[in-house]
Amino acid sequence: MPLSTQSQTEGDNYVLVASLDNVRNLSNILKAITFKDHAIFNATPNGLKVTVEDSKCLQANAFIQAEIFQEFTIKEDSVGFQVNLTVLLDCPTIFGGSTVPGVATALRMCYNGYGYPLTLFLEEGGVVTVCKVNTQEPEEPIDFEFCSTNVTNKVILQSESLKEAFSELDMTSEVLQITMSPSQPYFRLSTFGNSGNAHYDYPKDSDMMELFQCTKTQTRYKMSLLKPSTKALALSCKVSVRTDSRGFLSLQYLVRNDDGQICFVEYYCCPDEEVEEE
Amino acid sequence: MKFRAKMIDVGCLNHFTRVVNTISKLTKTCILRLTPNNLYFVLSGKVASGGVGMWCELSQANFFDEYQLEGVAPDANEICLEVTPENLSRALRTSQNAKCVKIKLTKKHCPCLTLVAELPTLSSVSRVVTHDIPVDVIPRRLWHDFKEPRMPDFDVSIYLPPLKTMKNVVDRMKNLSNFLVMEANLNGEMNLKIETDLVSVTTHFKDLGNPPWGDDGSQGRSQSRDPEVMAHTRVDIRKLQQFLMGQQVNPSKAMCNIVHKRIIHLILLHEDVSLQYFIPAVA
Repeated sequence: MPLSTQSQTEGDNYVLVASLDNVRNLSNILKAITFKDHAIFNATPNGLKVTVEDSKCLQANAFIQAEIFQEFTIKEDSVGFQVNLTVLLDCPTIFGGSTVPGVATALRMCYNGYGYPLTLFLEEGGVVTVCKVNTQEPEEPIDFEFCSTNVTNKVILQSESLKEAFSELDMTSEVLQITMSPSQPYFRLSTFGNSGNAHYDYPKDSDMMELFQCTKTQTRYKMSLLKPSTKALALSCKVSVRTDSRGFLSLQYLVRNDDGQICFVEYYCCPDEEVEEE
Repeated sequence: MKFRAKMIDVGCLNHFTRVVNTISKLTKTCILRLTPNNLYFVLSGKVASGGVGMWCELSQANFFDEYQLEGVAPDANEICLEVTPENLSRALRTSQNAKCVKIKLTKKHCPCLTLVAELPTLSSVSRVVTHDIPVDVIPRRLWHDFKEPRMPDFDVSIYLPPLKTMKNVVDRMKNLSNFLVMEANLNGEMNLKIETDLVSVTTHFKDLGNPPWGDDGSQGRSQSRDPEVMAHTRVDIRKLQQFLMGQQVNPSKAMCNIVHKRIIHLILLHEDVSLQYFIPAVA
């Protein structure tokens, strides 16, 4: 592979090297969590986790396992850094980002450790582009303390059914209300906007519903916080919606990449504090 | 001053239209020089146009079936006009199916290039569409500004990579920085680089080939040059992007001369049209 012959002034001092024959297998999933400029990268021998947070109320994580990469070498137990994700994502499409089948941009991502930039070697058609993106000290991601024992509601749906609702959400509504109940309406998304109230109902015996375990709750979340999750939903084939006893929301998306491999994206969101839980 | 010309071949008409479209994407206004053998679209590289220079040369015999020119004086048999190429482009767009297109210099309320297109209809009578494109006549005393630019004394001359690849890369780089460095050497290698506080991006092109300019005296400087050493120039990325955006057809030859830290001279050669574009360095 041409990239492996690239000579480097940093030599063999990489603490992390990750290669992909098709950079889209990384960039597509990262685009699904790009709602803020900064992202925290954390690599372990299991793979890569990328975290983006908003005002301490919303957190999105993308998980790309080591097996997805053609090469994934890490010399430490945990390698972490922070980069400007918007700038980083301008790099994979440097050759135009076309989706012609058979033509892919290959990636070799290297990191030398604290203080060094994240280096991306991108190759298409024999032309190589080298991008060095500055890194910063990684912030500690918030722990939303969401654990399975506190889960009060769990629903797993095929994404198809939610995609339409999310793309039509009334943005004049400040909140998105999620109602879960063992009886009608089972699972309902509601908005309260300028043109009126809108409800999207998903019955528990629908074809799209794969799992339905609910007690009765109704919680509101700030629309502005949840809207970015639409990107992850658009990429996914399945989504799990869980709330816990505090009203915290966990959305987990199963995403298949160009090669059919599975990656995960999850969103955690705090409830909107003005409304009390039923 | 008199100018009348006629195009009847649909291929020539399409080709001419594409050339004018390209020019219209490169500049809002330019000079059109009409001589007995050629047409030239010219930008003189002054500060007003942001310092870029353009010289596009068309051999009139390759486009026009009839061509009559009477210049300003017997010893200056040419006409020099300031035009807005977009106006000409628009007029040509409506004439694409024409049986015949005539262009002539006229005087309506002001001097105009009048385009008359005979369009086919279902009946035997043609439909005629006339466009009057206002122009300014450039007086002879200013003609010295619009002469053919001399080939610069370049440090490196190199064939360009595929323009589409260059355009894709430059388009993306423009999101990241306002300035780009183009560097090349006599080993057929060219790099496009941008650098900001947040990121640096370098695209490496190899095996491009260097045009053999031969023993021409002005190229002597490049003969004894170390082939590995890069000549580079830093330019406003939008100017390079504008040049790349305008190209509608793949040229038969595309090359670039770099004068270290001074200027990038781009040359595109098609069968019957040549386009040169000069982008000056920024500090």
